[in-house]
Amino acid sequence: MKRWLVALLVLALSAVAQEVLKVGVVVSATGPAASLGIPERNTFLMLQEMLDRTGGVAGRKVQFVILDDASDTTQAVRNTRRLVEEGVVAIIGTTTTPASLGMIPVVAEAKVPMISLAASKDIIHPVDAQRFWVFKTPQTEELMARAIVADMVARGIKTVAYIGFNDAYGEGWARFFEAEAKGKGLQVVASERYARTDTSVTGQVLRIIARRPDAVLIGASGTPAVLPQRTLRERGYAGLIYQTHGVANPDFLRVGGKDVEGTLLPAGPILVAEQLPSTFPSKRVALDYIQRYEAKYGIGSYSTFGAHAWDAWLILKPALERALKRADPAKDLAAFRAALRDEIEATRNLVATHGVFTFSKEDHLGLRFEDAAVMVRIEGGRWKLERTFR
Amino acid sequence: MDATILSFLLLDGLQNGVVYGLLALSLVLVFAVTRVILVPIGELLMFAPLSLVWLLEGKLPGTLWLALALGGAWALMARGRGGLLPLLGGVGLFLLFLLAKEAPPLAYVAAVLLVVYLGVATYRVFFQPMRGATVLSFLIMAVGLHVAYQGLGLVFFGPEQFRPAPFLSGEVMVGLSWQGVLVLLFAASSLAGLYLFFRFSLFGKALLAAAENRLGARLSGIGPEEAGMVAFSIASLLAALSGLLLAPLINAAYFMGFMLGLKGFVAAILGGLASYPVAFLGALLVGLFESFTSFYASAYKEALVFLLLVPALFYQSLRARTVEE
Repeated sequence: MKRWLVALLVLALSAVAQEVLKVGVVVSATGPAASLGIPERNTFLMLQEMLDRTGGVAGRKVQFVILDDASDTTQAVRNTRRLVEEGVVAIIGTTTTPASLGMIPVVAEAKVPMISLAASKDIIHPVDAQRFWVFKTPQTEELMARAIVADMVARGIKTVAYIGFNDAYGEGWARFFEAEAKGKGLQVVASERYARTDTSVTGQVLRIIARRPDAVLIGASGTPAVLPQRTLRERGYAGLIYQTHGVANPDFLRVGGKDVEGTLLPAGPILVAEQLPSTFPSKRVALDYIQRYEAKYGIGSYSTFGAHAWDAWLILKPALERALKRADPAKDLAAFRAALRDEIEATRNLVATHGVFTFSKEDHLGLRFEDAAVMVRIEGGRWKLERTFR
Repeated sequence: MDATILSFLLLDGLQNGVVYGLLALSLVLVFAVTRVILVPIGELLMFAPLSLVWLLEGKLPGTLWLALALGGAWALMARGRGGLLPLLGGVGLFLLFLLAKEAPPLAYVAAVLLVVYLGVATYRVFFQPMRGATVLSFLIMAVGLHVAYQGLGLVFFGPEQFRPAPFLSGEVMVGLSWQGVLVLLFAASSLAGLYLFFRFSLFGKALLAAAENRLGARLSGIGPEEAGMVAFSIASLLAALSGLLLAPLINAAYFMGFMLGLKGFVAAILGGLASYPVAFLGALLVGLFESFTSFYASAYKEALVFLLLVPALFYQSLRARTVEE
């Protein structure tokens, strides 16, 4: 009698369990990229709460299986394998570019759709057999470089200099920025490199100043981006200084202080959501996200990185609904994953916090810089909307 | 290249060079006395300004618990009456930190003493028990400690940079801030201090003797343990003070130590890990070389700086003679 009861219970439980849609999430909640990964993880915790309250997607419960990769590629790959074995329908993540690149072969082999939260264009370009399965939400360097050059052209700047990290981040920016600048008739008069750990960039800065450029772009991220800017100011450089969206966090303002006043940078629209004109497509979605996040984690706690995670879910949710009409994950998981991938690629004009997504067979980023980037100026230790490109 | 740029580059190279120089001196001193290549010296340098930032914000830094834990291990290993010194030191350090949370000027003293205590405890706990081991074993231990301390730095202080306020703000002239002058003055006075210490004090002479011939020194009553502790405390004191003086100029972060230490090491190698004046001059050379390569070929700077090692090592290998064991 008792045995029957247990067997029945197990059957009932497994029937319920089959109803649950598992979505795998990999983020860097610890390690050097933690300041990006923590808001991403928080966003999924918040989503989980919302979904538990409202009853999931198309009548099915959704469960996020969130794993931490400790900012480490090996760990990210291991997590991805584990998630695939757990039978997730899709994988969102991870925070950093190298780890995301490491995950691509795994999801391609298992034929699981993946939405990365990392920046580099290499993650989704070119769309080959492996990247067929991969999408991403953050703006690429190329997209942001386009915004910067458009802004420089609009200001009548003729000559520019570049100084950036001597790693993948800085090299990526150098490549895209210099190509874009030359294409728009700007003259790149100097291209310098420095290391994140450098203690002095006087040599590079002197070389830049000697060439007298109208503007300087600093291709660096986080607080190490302060050093060249301070050195430029100390050596009396009076032209415009541009930074990349890699500095759009409060730590940059804290360490930079008055040295970074007046800096121009491209950013996702959510950074200055409340200052956007009401016609800007992302404004309403971004404010909604900020309000929800701050209600849960405190005023001023939101960051642009968590919003990339939110965007990934905004893309995945309607795709899940459509895919559920075509296939049943409980019966044929592989067919459902394939259907889900097709439905993600079929996303059109989806308004998210960082822009408007329209994927296609060739474009798995799906953003135009006019919707996905705004120019921001640092003024009084705050981000101030300078202009939009629409 | 005109005169202005030249003078800026020279000043910049000098300012960086003297810091590498102080680290190189510490490395040579520690190596001569204990045969340890003190790879984690960069981490000791990094702990000082970051602990200071934490104290100034009224928080106790994680480095304090690390130091107390090592102090505890030291006391256990020493046992008996020898254990009294680390225990008293640890308690004193803890009380000083509680006081320093409220009093900013004390925080500077606390940060320096913390690093010195940590340095000596590191020697006592990790290196002293393996005395008599080969230089290679020491090196393995040192590299392990460097990785561990850097990882702990990330845990204690997070991935971002911090910038303590300078002691002296403003510029003397274009290209040289008062803080930079302070760094140069500190380097000059430490050089003079070390010279006087080794030349005229009994302790300094004993250290030199221990460095010259360890067996002979022991025969004449100089304990290699005390010599090692003194060497480590001098090295950590120099590292801590350099860190505090440098941090306002370069921003402090958990990853800052390694490159500084490595360049100090290149300078020390140029001096053959034996000669103080050559090591210091080597450090100035590294600083100047770095400043000029960053002007002419910034993309290859690090590679070129470490390429400096090649002729130095070549020279050392030519000069080396086989020693009969």
